[in-house]
Amino acid sequence: MAKYILKRFVQVIPTLFFVILTVFLIMKLIPGDPAMVLLGPQARAEDIVRFRQQLGLDKPILVQFVIYLKRVLTGDLGRSLIYRQDVLTLILERLPTTVTLSLSALFIALVIGIPLGIVAAMKHNSFVDLLVTILALIGISIPIFWFGMILIIVFSLKLGWLPAVGLGDISKGLWDVVSHFILPSLALGILSTGTIARFTRSSMLEVLNQDYIRTAYAKGLKKTLILYRHALKNALIPVITVIGLQLGNLLAGAVLTETVFALPGLGKLMVDGIFRRDYMLVQGEVLFTAIVYIFVNLMVDIIYAFINPKIRQLYRSV
Amino acid sequence: MNTLLSVEDLTVEFKVSNGKFKAPDGVSFKILENECVGMVGESGSGKSVTALAIMGLVPKPQGKIVKGRIIFEGKDLLKFNNHPRGTKISMVFQNPLNSLNPNMKIGKQLSEVLEQHYGMSYKEAIGKVTAMMKQLGIPEPEEMIERYPFEYSGGMRQRAMIAMAMLCHPKLLIADEPTTALDVTIQAQIIQLFKKLKLESKTSIFFISHDLSVVSQIADRVIVMYAGKICEISKTEEIFEKPLHPYTAGLISSIPDMKERKTKLRSIEGSVPSLIDPPAGCRFHPRCSQKMPLCMEKEPDDFSVNDRIVKCWLYKGVYQ
Repeated sequence: MAKYILKRFVQVIPTLFFVILTVFLIMKLIPGDPAMVLLGPQARAEDIVRFRQQLGLDKPILVQFVIYLKRVLTGDLGRSLIYRQDVLTLILERLPTTVTLSLSALFIALVIGIPLGIVAAMKHNSFVDLLVTILALIGISIPIFWFGMILIIVFSLKLGWLPAVGLGDISKGLWDVVSHFILPSLALGILSTGTIARFTRSSMLEVLNQDYIRTAYAKGLKKTLILYRHALKNALIPVITVIGLQLGNLLAGAVLTETVFALPGLGKLMVDGIFRRDYMLVQGEVLFTAIVYIFVNLMVDIIYAFINPKIRQLYRSV
Repeated sequence: MNTLLSVEDLTVEFKVSNGKFKAPDGVSFKILENECVGMVGESGSGKSVTALAIMGLVPKPQGKIVKGRIIFEGKDLLKFNNHPRGTKISMVFQNPLNSLNPNMKIGKQLSEVLEQHYGMSYKEAIGKVTAMMKQLGIPEPEEMIERYPFEYSGGMRQRAMIAMAMLCHPKLLIADEPTTALDVTIQAQIIQLFKKLKLESKTSIFFISHDLSVVSQIADRVIVMYAGKICEISKTEEIFEKPLHPYTAGLISSIPDMKERKTKLRSIEGSVPSLIDPPAGCRFHPRCSQKMPLCMEKEPDDFSVNDRIVKCWLYKGVYQ
């Protein structure tokens, strides 16, 4: 197993390299001289030249890339030009908010999506099945920002049950923090809920038609045992892959959600960075998010290997 | 010998996109205690569905038992809530790889039968599991229980399936094409295994195959199915010596003879009719070399010829 994990880690290296290269090149492709943009139209020519030297923009592009690569590998994502702080520090400061948001959205997606998918599969071609299919389709199609605003209008403004914006204050108790995360998590989670419900349903339907389920019935096992031990366990294996991919979508969706609900997370930081032309910040954040995405997928692969006996046995005692 | 299972007028109707069909259609036969009954017929003739009906596992909602009774130990299984599947009646399927859960160790897949029916713990059950595996010729069962189906060879998988079916010492073992998915050499081993089971256990075997020569090696009596109906039921020796139904005769003459290699392989002219719109009268008449005008109009009755049953107008009043 250790060999498998090591192998997967090694495979990550070229991916990482290309991600860094892509982020670097995209930043180069953006029209306009960053030094000129940053210093503004009134800047003096010698200031621009000096600034270009400071940023290393006067060197050949290959040299620039090597310098960039070196910096990134030592954990230096540059300095934000607006906040006048290390980009990495800024990111790490805001990371907990985004992680909390994404994980609670994922939690909602799992506790709603998986049971809905199972029920729909077991009542295949019934009214319940149709209802779940339609709900899941709505969940997938609904725009996050629109759904977020509807949630704010209904639950904050009309009913006054939950706060609309901001983080909450832990000194006012745990509920204050939790209540601030409920609406954003719902808004962000609905897309993944639909995707996971649909995927669980189709995976479960496929498994229920397998010969080994018929064998389980022929053995005279109780129906609940057949559904849980034989059907669900096999059906959830491909669902795990989808859950991993959802984490990536959630990080992307966090940009919209945090903007609508004014949550100071990574998404909000990114939007602010873009609007204020803080190109070091944007570059650093894009790279950071890409790396997180790669490692989430790596984790999913490793978990997958643990639950899939074929991979597990292949690397057993080697 | 006493009758263990009696299937009476069993009819299963299937709904498909372009209509309905019945297979089996009014099938009746008996299986005695300690007897091995073989059932042969082409695919789609209703053999597997007959087996699934006995197990109470006709696929829903496409299939529905519309007529008939299945009497096992004096009870009608179709009306009985507590179906003895897995205990007194068990089944072995065609493709052992697909029929085993790919993500569960073989030991657990077998032991859960005993856990379910006898309330044993895994520890108690696994001893019986390894003993049964050993009896059925799986080497080093203590190690094999820790393996997954994909780590077994085809033959070993089918042995494990048979072990699973035999764990509760069933009165009736249904084997639906248990050798079809296997290599010829492995086929022979599995047939030997069934012969051994027949001799050593008190289990009756209902052995289904499309291959008459496979069935003939093990069955005491043979049921020949064609297009959802039974054509003939006879003792195995008699059916080879003197087949009564023209379809049976065709099947037997189609078995290649190793001595006459020069001659062309023989076959029955024509093909199996669609069951959605079956031919009137005898279903075999479009392919039958001995057909009479009556065959095209009226479905033949079951005629008794000595101890044999044949559904063909040729035998009307012959030996009665």
